[in-house]
Amino acid sequence: MSAAKSSVIPGFGPTLGFTLFYLGLVVLIPLAALLLRAAGLGWGQFVDAAFSARVLAAYRLSFGGALLAAAANVGAGLLVAWVLVRYEFPGRKLVDALVDLPFALPTAVAGIALTAIYAPNGPLGRLLLQAGIKVAFTPLGVVVAMVFIGFPFVVRTVQPVLQDLEVEHEEAAVSLGANRLQVFGRVILPAILPALLTGFALAFARALGEYGSVIFIAGNMPGLSEIAPLLIVTKLEQYDYAGATAIAAVMLVAAFTLLLLINTLQKWRHARLHGG
Amino acid sequence: MTKVASLRWMVLLSGLSMAPPALADSTLLNVSYDPTRELYRDIDHAFVAAWKAKTGEVMTINQSHGGTGAQARAVIAGLEADVVTLALAYDIDAIARTGLLDRHWQDRLPYQSAPYTSTIVFLVRKGNPKRIRDWDDVARPGVEVITPNPKTSGGARWNYLAAWGYALDKYGRDEAKARRFVAAVYNNVPLLDAGARAAATTFVQRGLGDVLLAWEDEAMLAVEEMGGGQFEIVVPSMSILAEPPVAVVDKVVDKHGTRAAAEAYLRYLYSPEGQEIGARHHYRPRDPTVAARHAAEFPLVKLFTIETLGGWQKAQATHFNDGGVFDQITAGANP
Repeated sequence: MSAAKSSVIPGFGPTLGFTLFYLGLVVLIPLAALLLRAAGLGWGQFVDAAFSARVLAAYRLSFGGALLAAAANVGAGLLVAWVLVRYEFPGRKLVDALVDLPFALPTAVAGIALTAIYAPNGPLGRLLLQAGIKVAFTPLGVVVAMVFIGFPFVVRTVQPVLQDLEVEHEEAAVSLGANRLQVFGRVILPAILPALLTGFALAFARALGEYGSVIFIAGNMPGLSEIAPLLIVTKLEQYDYAGATAIAAVMLVAAFTLLLLINTLQKWRHARLHGG
Repeated sequence: MTKVASLRWMVLLSGLSMAPPALADSTLLNVSYDPTRELYRDIDHAFVAAWKAKTGEVMTINQSHGGTGAQARAVIAGLEADVVTLALAYDIDAIARTGLLDRHWQDRLPYQSAPYTSTIVFLVRKGNPKRIRDWDDVARPGVEVITPNPKTSGGARWNYLAAWGYALDKYGRDEAKARRFVAAVYNNVPLLDAGARAAATTFVQRGLGDVLLAWEDEAMLAVEEMGGGQFEIVVPSMSILAEPPVAVVDKVVDKHGTRAAAEAYLRYLYSPEGQEIGARHHYRPRDPTVAARHAAEFPLVKLFTIETLGGWQKAQATHFNDGGVFDQITAGANP
């Protein structure tokens, strides 16, 4: 309330009201229904459904794979954003548009396409197999699909920040005697770090919940290449709604904690840089 | 409210006067499973014509296709299906448990409400290089078997139960031995696709595996579409009689006032014309004369029903629910 009084911008009441109403309608009510259903289970049943050995293996693959994929996308996404912002070359607009394709493609199509390429008889899969690397129908395939669907996030969050970054800052740093590494580490990176983190968080969240494309390339062997969303679907096939929501609730809480952590990290950094 | 009342009034009137019913356009929604797209496209077309000739009413039949379990859940959640035509009686039972239709729905139409049948056969590569003739070859070490995940796919459950039933018969109903046999089959399975069509893609397009366990109609379709003799169908000595059931959803047809049309629609599946369309789409007909006409396409095979394994409820609970036999044998294979 004190924020409302101190703000010079009018309309705090109605806009916050609408924000809460909208968040409630679109996000919170469906999630509350989910938790309510999971709450219908006793504690013992909940633990059985959500923490059996098989489900734990699926969490490991889903969370581990999503973290790996998001990390890979931070590196690749930063590079692509850099190339798109800093260099002029023919076909740049085309490359720029290509970045968004993983968003536009129906996930099942992505899954089928990736499987076709990385299967043992696919063009890339055959080459990789000669090197002793199996991608399709292994956990590695899961990560590949997650990288694919999460790729645009980092590019699209970092790109505008890079664009707004004034080259004068870098020139000033150079004229003060900084080498290239120092310019990147001390001038560019601090400016784009929040965007990178946001991109990471988005790519991670997207990969974690992904079902459609991963399911085609995973192979879905119990305890080996099963993702957590598959186990949710499996439970639904048994009309075990409570068991399915138990797994979903665990994923939700874990994902929320991670995202909150990332946001807090950003806030803390922002406070440190700008003194609150 | 008034709309429903006036509709009832109209139905009553038309019934009393024995005059042809009002020429209102009428719509049915048939909620079905995945591989029946082509079948029901033809059935719907033929039924609409037959119904118009008989009653003068112009019907529109809408189709919804998806995984059989997902479709049943959609109906339970409120998708207003006038009729359901699913892969497993288990899924229609689940709908019946919510009170949307009579619990004894399977007794309402001939042949336990399954107008056509299919069975599980093997699709092998040209020339059958691994010499796969029967279920014993599928369980043999060194043979790669492609079949989808029974936890997510209705078709995969038929595959599994076909192997199980064969093993029970072979070992004099010794369940421990049957379990070892089925474990040997699944030990040969390198991946578990989520659905039957995905498994077929893995076998046909990705070139994985020596044998695909498949519905007979899907296997025949694959051979037909691929042409060029890339694949052969091998019919085992014994298999399961797959009986995809159909049912009118009572609560929905009573609300829509479409009971007469919905029942006629399902009965049409049993008519000689409906059976002929089914046979053209590689479903085994029930009608003896239609069956005789297509005898050459459907090889004789010793078939056992799901009832000999205790019915769907028991099969699901014993084999496919969490911690069931399937989980136990695959947990052993992939520690």
